[in-house]
Amino acid sequence: MNATALILMFLANLLILGVTGYFFWRVLTTAPPDSVDEDEANFPRGG
Amino acid sequence: MSSKESWGSRVGLVLAMAGNAVGLGNFLRFPAQAINNGGGAFIIPYLVCFLLMGLPLLFVEWSMGRFGGQYGDHSTPFILNSMAPKKQKLWKYVGVFGIFTNLAVAAYYCYLESWTLSYVWHSISGSFHGQTREQVGDFFNQYVSLGTSEPVIFWVICLTLNTWILSRGLSGGVERAAKIGMPLLIMFGIFLAVRGVTLAAGESGAVNDGTVGLNFLWTPKFESIWDFKVWLAAAGQIFFTLSVGMGSIQCYASYLRQRDDVALNAMSAGWMNEFVEVCLGAAILIPIGVGYLGIDQVKTMVAGGSGFGLGFQTLPYLFQQWGPVLAAIAGMAWFGLLFFAGITSSLAMGTPIMGFLQDEFGWKRQASAWAFGFAVMVLGLPTVVFYNYGVFGEYDYWAGTVSLVVFAMLEIILFAWIFGMDKGWKEITRGADIRVPEMFKFIIKYVTPVILVGVFLGSLFSAGGIIDTIMNKAIHKQIAAAQAASDMATVDRLNTQLLYVNGSRLLLLSVFAGIAWMVYRAQMKRERTGKA
Repeated sequence: MNATALILMFLANLLILGVTGYFFWRVLTTAPPDSVDEDEANFPRGG
Repeated sequence: MSSKESWGSRVGLVLAMAGNAVGLGNFLRFPAQAINNGGGAFIIPYLVCFLLMGLPLLFVEWSMGRFGGQYGDHSTPFILNSMAPKKQKLWKYVGVFGIFTNLAVAAYYCYLESWTLSYVWHSISGSFHGQTREQVGDFFNQYVSLGTSEPVIFWVICLTLNTWILSRGLSGGVERAAKIGMPLLIMFGIFLAVRGVTLAAGESGAVNDGTVGLNFLWTPKFESIWDFKVWLAAAGQIFFTLSVGMGSIQCYASYLRQRDDVALNAMSAGWMNEFVEVCLGAAILIPIGVGYLGIDQVKTMVAGGSGFGLGFQTLPYLFQQWGPVLAAIAGMAWFGLLFFAGITSSLAMGTPIMGFLQDEFGWKRQASAWAFGFAVMVLGLPTVVFYNYGVFGEYDYWAGTVSLVVFAMLEIILFAWIFGMDKGWKEITRGADIRVPEMFKFIIKYVTPVILVGVFLGSLFSAGGIIDTIMNKAIHKQIAAAQAASDMATVDRLNTQLLYVNGSRLLLLSVFAGIAWMVYRAQMKRERTGKA
């Protein structure tokens, strides 16, 4: 592979893999909110 | 999917959303688009479009869905209605797109999905063993020409499987399917990517190393960045790969609780799709194709912007060069990952329709699932029987391309300008587990709508765009050429094709009108019962 192609592929893959991994890890490790949905029905309909 | 339904786990939701986005296009369309639009340099407009259009639309659609869900609305007509001022009654009819698109796309997509299932079977049973490249290609042509009853059988199996999973509900059906399908898809993808990249010239008849294909795909033509067409292609790819503008994301998000996060979930699902597309999708089809066929042949095969022919008509033959055992495994992995990519998307297409029937007409979950299956079968039948007359392509163009752009353009105008960006921003950031950069507020209000209007106008007026398609310019041009050559057989064939093409447009238009009428009936019912 030529150097430009290799660098571009490496950077793109590393960036995407890193960001994907980071956000998925956050999904796995962030605690869910309280089960009681206090604010439900407190939002007015319409814009 | 009644309002009592909910997601079983956050991981399940993210996998289901990612599964909704990941489709056959991740593996077949992306590499072809990259090759045709500047090679490695395509990644720059592609990622810019992801940040300026893809992510904003994901934030908008997730938060719209959660907003509508608090009123018990799980389909776009009444999600949009809940966001618009009471006097603006037409928004619910814009939401018709969010049901129409899912139904019409599912109609042909389930057929496509059934091909992959059939090819898994044929790969395992060794049907392609000992066949020449032409024979493998002919197998596909015979298949779509309904040379046997097999395509119909696999199609019915596929429809039944989709319907059965949907009838088991959100957490018991859709989420479970995503939890099984997505890891398997990634596993199969990694296996094939490693095989593709490590392919060595001379090994099993390969003429090139796998890295030659990677080099071909990733070598940047930086001058292409200044080409508007490349940006249009990048925006189009981002659009279709994320499944935005369909109404399925809003439906999935409508089953969230009001305090649940949407920002991190949207980010995670969106980036997971990018991982599958860029990291895996780019490392399979082209390296293996170039490894055996060389750059010139692959270039010709993907010139149309899709790797369809390469994926279905050639790859099964190339796998045979690896010996019967590895060929069976590779065929199962390739078509298996396409199948999982397909089914996790088609399941997402079923949920808005089921949600609509349950919310507005009080249908039970199982009845609405089977109604969806039946409707998809009826609407999909012309794509199966008249595939060679261009009906499949018409469905794909009008429902799977044009409708998405129109709907996304209108929904972001509603969200940012009518519902209001301040309220919209509160919706996006409410309960967020990550800090959403403030710049997205500006992007959602100004940049994304401008890009979407640009994409729409581009597809309206460009050569071969919406207007040309409505006028059937391409077919008329072919007819004129055939008439000039006194080839009356071709003229007859093209005239017949014209009939089917116009017929399928009328059919799609009447489906849209039918759904709009159902929305009207639902509104009347709401007014009678005081729910409006």
